[in-house]
Amino acid sequence: MIGVELRKLLGRPRTWVSIGLLCLLPVVVAVFLAVTGIAPRPGQGPTLLSAVLGNGALFPAAALGIVLPFFLPIAVAVQAGESVAGEAQSGTLRYLLVRPVGRTRLLVAKLVSVLAYTLLAVLSVAATGYLAGISLLGNSGQVTTTTLSGTTLTPADLAWRTGVMVLYIGWSMVGVASVALFLSTLTDSPLAAALGGLAVLVSSTVLVTLDAAGAVRDYLPTRYWLAWVDLFRDPVPWGDVTAGVLVQTGYVVVLLGAAWANFSTRDVTS
Amino acid sequence: MTAREHDPARRPAPTTGGGADGDAVVVTRGLTKRYGRVTAVDDLDLRVAAGDRYGFLGPNGSGKTTTVRMLLGLVHATSGEIEVLGRRVPRHAKDVLPEVGALVEGPGAYPHLSARANLRLLDAAGPARGGDPLAPDTGSRRTRRSRIEAALEQVGLTDVGRRPVRAYSLGMRQRLGLAAALLRGPRLLVLDEPTNGLDPRGIAEIRDLLLDLNRRGTAVFLSSHLLAEVELFCTRVGVLHRGRLVAQDDLDALRGPTGRTLVRVDDVDAATRVLGLPAARTTDDGLLVLDDLPVPEATAALVRGGVAVLEAAPERRTLEQSVLGLTS
Repeated sequence: MIGVELRKLLGRPRTWVSIGLLCLLPVVVAVFLAVTGIAPRPGQGPTLLSAVLGNGALFPAAALGIVLPFFLPIAVAVQAGESVAGEAQSGTLRYLLVRPVGRTRLLVAKLVSVLAYTLLAVLSVAATGYLAGISLLGNSGQVTTTTLSGTTLTPADLAWRTGVMVLYIGWSMVGVASVALFLSTLTDSPLAAALGGLAVLVSSTVLVTLDAAGAVRDYLPTRYWLAWVDLFRDPVPWGDVTAGVLVQTGYVVVLLGAAWANFSTRDVTS
Repeated sequence: MTAREHDPARRPAPTTGGGADGDAVVVTRGLTKRYGRVTAVDDLDLRVAAGDRYGFLGPNGSGKTTTVRMLLGLVHATSGEIEVLGRRVPRHAKDVLPEVGALVEGPGAYPHLSARANLRLLDAAGPARGGDPLAPDTGSRRTRRSRIEAALEQVGLTDVGRRPVRAYSLGMRQRLGLAAALLRGPRLLVLDEPTNGLDPRGIAEIRDLLLDLNRRGTAVFLSSHLLAEVELFCTRVGVLHRGRLVAQDDLDALRGPTGRTLVRVDDVDAATRVLGLPAARTTDDGLLVLDDLPVPEATAALVRGGVAVLEAAPERRTLEQSVLGLTS
């Protein structure tokens, strides 16, 4: 069943169109930066962007910083919201279940498919970012990269930091996916599930900035989303990254558990 | 059991009609489904024997689809028991369903894929065999291609090529849904409104296909609100009304004689005069209805009175009259 889900994912034009669009935006940004040479001042504009003009190798991180606030969560929420509700809407859910495919097995396969999509999307953006950064912004002949703290990094250092960043952002997106996947087992409308997932993110983003919500801030799903920037400081302050992983893990476990509990017992009337 | 023995084409044709409980393919006892305060299905005792062509009749909203979904383990019963092919559902659904082909509330397919690609995905999604390791591997990967071609041929969809299902007509989608149900050579077909969207010729083709499968041993449970369809195809009929089973009998019993006789004569006016009302009445198409007048005496009287008797036959209820009588 997992193989079938992956074949469905990779065989669908929409998968590639959405990933293509995700990759397009950072490229557009890189082109503008390269042509004008105007970088946002430090502390303004998308994360890390002020640092990339000097060094294109930092652009994968900047590229993910560009798509992270909106595009990536939208793409992941649409994909995960579609997973069960989309089958319900196309009328194929009932035929899968009477094939028979066990409900738990179906849900696991859907989860794996969403994880694969998330990883594919994050890696594609990072790879496009790297290529765009190197070719458009250049490496300015430097072998080392300057961190946000002003120290220098070797290419090997930069490589593992970028790798950890990809995993961290991927895991944050799994948090988004589990919200949408849970909603996808509640409704037969993929649109409702995806929008519901986004509504949770928007609410969280609003509450994070609200001082009055300080009591719950540290438990909100988007609270530590940008903590991966810390990976480009020296030495790396691991506190926020660790907290972010734990918070996301909490959401993933609870929501996937709820999705399973709901889907394995509900009446399928679609 | 080998796959060969399992092939429905090679099994001896079972006798139709009810039998011992041992050869029942669907049995429900006290099956009830409530949605909140609405009782969709109420205390249903169904019995479908192996080899039956069972017509599950009822008006829209009478609980047919809910019942079908419960038989397939999609909807959970509030109370009552279900046995399909001798095993409890939903507990043993994964053992039973590989031998059941189903069409529920219209076909479902991925619109961007062709018929073949859809069937390939569907077939690959499920297990090759049921939970029993000795069960026939009717879903095997080895036979997938040939099973898909055979199913498409059975429903008359071989020439569709690579066109995506998006471009199909409703009738073609319905045929694809049937092909999906036939993919594993099931022992039981559960079909909900299978001729929906088909033209008259398509309906006849599908009926012939189902009759052929039934002759080779496949039991068919056909849920429909179309009386004519059930009357032409089924041997047994269950009538559902507001969630309750109001009749379950052989088709011939439901279409039983009314006790009246219809007589065709050359001169209806003369005939009514000879017999004298109210014993004799006429139908819209000019037949004489004899209520309690014995046929031999009536015909003798008519002949004596100079009226020629062309035909005399007992009047039978139509299925429609029976069902409307039961559900009004």
